[in-house]
Amino acid sequence: MSEPGPVKPNEPPRTRDRVAEGLRRRYMKERAFRLLGLAALLFGLGFLAIFFVTLVSNGASALLQTRILLDVELDPEVIDPEGRRDAVALETANYQQLIRDALNRLFPDVTERSERRALYRLLSPAADLEVRELVLANPALIGETRSLWLLADDDVDMLIKGNIDRDVPESERRLSDAQIGWIDALLDEGRIERKLNRYFFTSGDSRDPELAGIFGATVGSFFMLLVTLVLSFPLGVATAVYLEEFAPRNRWTDLIEVNINNLAAVPSIVFGLLGLALFINAFGLPRSAPLVGGLVLTLMTLPVIIIASRAALKAVPPSIREAALGIGASKMQTVLHHVLPLALPGMLTGTIIGMARALGESAPLLMIGMVAFIVDIPESPLDPATALPVQIFLWADSPERAFVERTSAAILVLLAFLVVMNGIAILLRKRFERRY
Amino acid sequence: MRMFRQATAEAMQPATTPRQTTAREPAPSAAPTYRTVGDHRAANPIITARDVNVYYGDKHAIQHVNLDIGLNEVIALIGPSGCGKSTFLRCLNRMNDTIESARVTGEIKLYDEDIYSKQMDVVMLRARVGMVFQKPNPFPKSIYDNVAYGPRIHGLARDRTELDEIVQKSLERAGLWNEVKDRLEEPGTGLSGGQQQRLCIARTIAVSPEVILMDEPCSALDPIATARIEDLIDELRQNYAIVIVTHSMQQAARVSQRTAYFHLGRLIEVGKTEEIFTNPRHKLTEDYITGRFG
Repeated sequence: MSEPGPVKPNEPPRTRDRVAEGLRRRYMKERAFRLLGLAALLFGLGFLAIFFVTLVSNGASALLQTRILLDVELDPEVIDPEGRRDAVALETANYQQLIRDALNRLFPDVTERSERRALYRLLSPAADLEVRELVLANPALIGETRSLWLLADDDVDMLIKGNIDRDVPESERRLSDAQIGWIDALLDEGRIERKLNRYFFTSGDSRDPELAGIFGATVGSFFMLLVTLVLSFPLGVATAVYLEEFAPRNRWTDLIEVNINNLAAVPSIVFGLLGLALFINAFGLPRSAPLVGGLVLTLMTLPVIIIASRAALKAVPPSIREAALGIGASKMQTVLHHVLPLALPGMLTGTIIGMARALGESAPLLMIGMVAFIVDIPESPLDPATALPVQIFLWADSPERAFVERTSAAILVLLAFLVVMNGIAILLRKRFERRY
Repeated sequence: MRMFRQATAEAMQPATTPRQTTAREPAPSAAPTYRTVGDHRAANPIITARDVNVYYGDKHAIQHVNLDIGLNEVIALIGPSGCGKSTFLRCLNRMNDTIESARVTGEIKLYDEDIYSKQMDVVMLRARVGMVFQKPNPFPKSIYDNVAYGPRIHGLARDRTELDEIVQKSLERAGLWNEVKDRLEEPGTGLSGGQQQRLCIARTIAVSPEVILMDEPCSALDPIATARIEDLIDELRQNYAIVIVTHSMQQAARVSQRTAYFHLGRLIEVGKTEEIFTNPRHKLTEDYITGRFG
């Protein structure tokens, strides 16, 4: 390059002209670039919107459940013919008979055996349990006739919600013409209504969709995350602190670092296999237990927490360490008093995001038997349980039409948990973010 | 630039130094290849450094430095960037320990104790040799906790009243008390740059060290804050030995009694400040203080 001499007044082309020439095109490119980014964003948002609209429109109806109003006569002759009125008698009484009597009184024309059975099928098999609950709670009601909103069968529910097509030939329909006729009669009398679905949030899994709920899976997920958090947070933070603050930099620590980064990228089902081989086969821990699930998810979450924690430790400015060392703080005092408090928000954020990932994980849980059909609510991390994502998987796999809305509703609940957890992570970051 | 090269060649009088290229571990006992001009001894020495060498891996960062730090005096270390003055300063409280590749040979004594011996505990050393850094680095804690941290970890105060006294005395001596006495619970990071640096000085003197090392303490401050710190250094001299690294020759002239000029890891000249600045004996010193390079 030769030395640039002074520009002569009429020497073409001058910088000014050159710049002016290209200016319009530069700005056009910039606009195009910005529009491209915006389009990408809108594209993503559009799909997110479709996703949510589908889920909400499918899942919202699961919150309401069809119930049928019946005038049940709590006949003492049926409930307790011997008049003992003790717990055993009340618990084992034939409440089904009461409901059937109530139905028979509504439809006196139905006399044939098979027709009657079809009539009884309008109610859920658990409807008599609701009557029993009522009587057990208040035995003084025996002898009265009560108007009760009893749980309808899931097929009735689906018809009311418009998911069963009346125009389909009878042989391909879940409800017969006669049943639909009775339902219409009940509707005309105002005896069918949609009420809040209390089973969805309070019960475990069930073969009957109207009785199936996510509480069991939620408790299972909770126990699992508890185990994961208790194990992975202290282990991850301690590992990160050691590697970042104390370990010498040599070939071994490099090897460990590479391995930790690799572990974070291992497919989660591999951890499930490891858990099956190690925790269940070798250590003899119970199958389907949240404890084992928690251990497997710990393996999966640990690398994430270690990497996030190390990044948080690295972000603490060296001047703080120097300041503490300079007054004579020991290495441990420097770490505990100054570095760790400053790195903690970052560590917590990483942990919560790791936990959120663990909450949404289903593949490794399939391997350790948490995919089993479990009706009971687990009471400890050792009880058999399932987890929210696995419950979604199970329901999505079920043939009953009523499970479709429940699947969507369960997904919404899972998403709500994830949003809350990520929200907490953001709040923590904002709350404890310090200027230094 | 040309001037600089010339000057460098002159400094390495017997310029044949094969050891740096051949030996991976330079022999620590290699004889000095240069001579420091002036008297490196102090009237009342607290720290005596003899034949100090620092290596960063293969790089010979400090070469055969002899220097005394005396009580009741401020010694200024000056020299162009990368000359090793900060490295030498950080040898005096073993802050170089935190750099893994750094290796120190020679002898540095605090009174009679060898700083680098096995008997010397590094925590104890840093309690006795305090340090103030280039960038003000208060802890993200309250002003009170910043000053009280040192006394707390060393157990210097028996109870809260004694700790309060130490904090107040240190802040008073650092000339910060009147500005912060009503807001001791506010974060130290909320103060202005000059106030933060005085807070760091208060934090250092709260431990009552014997020596205070200052690594360009005013480089991030405006002239008014600088003047306040310089006054403070002059006052602190009554009780401490102070070593200050500075890029400002005016500052060195204003605050120090002795000045040491470093060049490419070598201590070129040391002596009384007024002599160095009025009548430098080495050509390199003269070139530097007259602003011909640096």
